Amino acid sequence: MEASQFREEREAPVGGSAELVGSDFVVPLRSPWRLFWDRFREDRLALLSLAFIGLLVLVAILAPAIVSILGAPDPNARDTAALDPLFATPTGPSADHWFGIDQLGRDVFSRTVYGARVSLVVAFAATALATVFGVVAGLLAGYYRGWTDTVISRFVDVLLAIPYLLLATGLAAACTLGQTSGGGGAGCLGGLIEPGLGVVIFVIAFTSWTYMARIVRGQVLSLREKEFVEAARSMGASDMRIVFRELLPNLTAPIIVYASILIPQVILYEAALSFLGVGVGSDTPSWGQMISEATPVFADAWWYMLFPGLALVFTVLAFNFVGDAMQDALNPRKRRS
Amino acid sequence: MARYIVRRLIWALLMLIAVSGVVFILFYVFPSADPAQLRAGRQANEDQIEAIRESLGLDKSVLEQFWIYLKGVFTPLDLPGTDSTGPLYLGHSYQSNADVKDVIVSDLPATALLVFGAVIIWMAVAIPTGIISAIRQRSLLDRSTMITTLVFISAPVFWLGLVALYLFAQDVGVIPVFPGIGSYATADTFLSKCASMILPWLVLAAATAAIYARYLRSQMIDVMQEDYIRTARAKGLPEKRVIGKHVLRSAITPIVTLLGLDVAVLLAGNAILTETVFNIPGIGAETFNAIKRSDLPMIQGITLFGAFFIVTLNLVVDIVYAYLDPRVRYE
Repeated sequence: MEASQFREEREAPVGGSAELVGSDFVVPLRSPWRLFWDRFREDRLALLSLAFIGLLVLVAILAPAIVSILGAPDPNARDTAALDPLFATPTGPSADHWFGIDQLGRDVFSRTVYGARVSLVVAFAATALATVFGVVAGLLAGYYRGWTDTVISRFVDVLLAIPYLLLATGLAAACTLGQTSGGGGAGCLGGLIEPGLGVVIFVIAFTSWTYMARIVRGQVLSLREKEFVEAARSMGASDMRIVFRELLPNLTAPIIVYASILIPQVILYEAALSFLGVGVGSDTPSWGQMISEATPVFADAWWYMLFPGLALVFTVLAFNFVGDAMQDALNPRKRRS
Repeated sequence: MARYIVRRLIWALLMLIAVSGVVFILFYVFPSADPAQLRAGRQANEDQIEAIRESLGLDKSVLEQFWIYLKGVFTPLDLPGTDSTGPLYLGHSYQSNADVKDVIVSDLPATALLVFGAVIIWMAVAIPTGIISAIRQRSLLDRSTMITTLVFISAPVFWLGLVALYLFAQDVGVIPVFPGIGSYATADTFLSKCASMILPWLVLAAATAAIYARYLRSQMIDVMQEDYIRTARAKGLPEKRVIGKHVLRSAITPIVTLLGLDVAVLLAGNAILTETVFNIPGIGAETFNAIKRSDLPMIQGITLFGAFFIVTLNLVVDIVYAYLDPRVRYE
C-alpha cells in the first residue's frame, strides 16, 4: 500500500500535468527522496528529534571522552567514601556526582552516559537483524507462494501465538544459564551466540521480525503481478534477480518506515529485558538495568531511577517522533498529526 | 457455520501442537546449558548428575524426549511412569518440585484481576480520546493529545510504575493516596484487593490506552473519507449520528480484534513488568522468580500455557467474527 502510493506520487507530476501540456507551467521534477525530505522537513518536532538522536549517537561513541572531559568518575569506579556515612546508602546529586551515586558508590551520571551505548547498539543491531530476517522471509513467501509461503506464514503464526516477552526472557535466561549456574556450556546454538550483547540482540530480533515479514509478503503478493516483473521475466531474469533487483527496490519505502517504527520498540524491549535481569552483563551500564537496581531503593534514592528513566523516555520519544514523521512523509494522504 | 467451526478447531489443534514443538526446540535444543546440571545444583557429583539425567529422560534421543513431552501435554489421562495429574502436564519445577500447572492455576486470579481492571480503564480512556481527536483533527487539543499519548507510549512501563509509587503510594509516596507495593498480598476482601490494584491498573493501562486512542483516531479519519459517510451527511443526518453510528461502528471493529489479542497476551504473562514492580503474585511475577532461579520447566510451562491461551482466544474471536460477518466463513 505504502509502496504503490509512493510510486504514484513520483509519477504524479507526469500524469497529472496532461492538461498543462503546451502551457508555460513546468512542474519541476523532484526525486522521490527529495519529495520525502521536503515533507519530512515540515515537521519541526521530528527535525528536533533527529538532531537529538544525532547528539545521542555522538554521546554514545564519545562516552569515555565526555565523561573524562567533564571530570566525572569512571562508570564502574566505586566511590564508597561518598556513601552515606551512617547507613552506607546512596547519596543524591552533589558537586562530585551530578546525578548522585548508587548503592555501590558508582556515579549515576557516567553510567547514564555509558548506558546510551547499549541502548543504541541493541536498537540498531536488533532492528537491522529483524529487518533482514523479515524482508527475506516476506520476499520468499510472497514471491514463491505455495509451499514456501505456507511454511513461512504458518511459522509466523506460531511465533505470534507465543507471548513474546515470556519467550524472550525465557530464551535469554536459558542462553545465559550455563554461565551463572555452572550448568556446562553457556550461550545458544552450540556457542554460536554468546551470552551478553549477542543473546540480547538475537532474542529481540527473533521475536520482532514477524510483522516485517507479513508486511513485505503482502506487498510482494501484489507487486509480483505488475508488468515490470513480467517484463523482467520475459527477458529471462532469474528468480533471484527478480526478487532482489526488481521487487526489493520497490519495497524500500515500507521497509524503512516499519524499521523506523521498530527501533523505539526495540529500545524499550532491551530495557525490559535488562530490568528483568536477562540483559547485558552487569559491568556494562544499561538504562533498564540501572532502573532494575534502583527498584529496591527507589523510595529514598529517587535520582537512581529518575535519570536513566528520563534518558529512556527522551530517546524512545525522539525515535517515535521521527518514525511518525517518516510515515506521514511517505503517506501524504494519511497524515496523522 | 458448523463446517467453519470444525475447520477452525482442527486448525487450532494443529497450531497447539506446532507451538509445543517450537517451545520445545527453543528451550531444549537452542541453549547450550545442561538441564541435568541445572536440576542438580552446584554441589552435585557426576553420579548424581547421571541419575538425574536418566530420571528426566535426558539420555534419550531428542525425538523421543519430544514425544514424551507431547504425550504429557496432550494426553487427557494419567500416564504410567509419570506422576502427571491429567492433561496439560507441563513438568515439575526444578526448585520447589511443584507441578507447574498447579502453580499457574494458583497465580491466575491476581493476573486476571490486574488485566481486566486495566482493560476497563484503557478502553474508557482511549475511546473518547480517539473520537474527540478525530473529530477535532489538527486542532490544538488534538495535537497536544497526540503528543501526550506518544509520551506514554515511550515510557517504559516498569519505570512508570516506580514513578507512580514514588508519587502516590501510601507507604513511600510524596502524596500518599493509594496502596503501595505488595498491598495485594495482604488485602483480604475483594474491595481492598481492587484498591491495591488502582496504581497497577493505571500504569498497565497507560501505554495501551495511548496506542488505542491513536489507532481509533487514524481509523476514524480513514472512515470519514469514505463515500458512504458523505452520503450520510448529504442526506441530512445530524453530525452526532454520522459519527456515532456510521463512522464509529466501522472504525471500532479492528479495535475489538486488537483487544482480544492484547487481553490474551497480557493474561498469558506479558504483564510480567507491572507484576514485578508492584509485587503482584501473578503469572508474570512467577516467571520473574523462575528466571532468577534458573527454573527452566517453570519458564517453559508458563510460556506454553500462555500460547495455549492465545490460540484459544483467537479461536473464540474468529468464531464470533464469523457469526457477525458471514463473509468470513467462505474465505
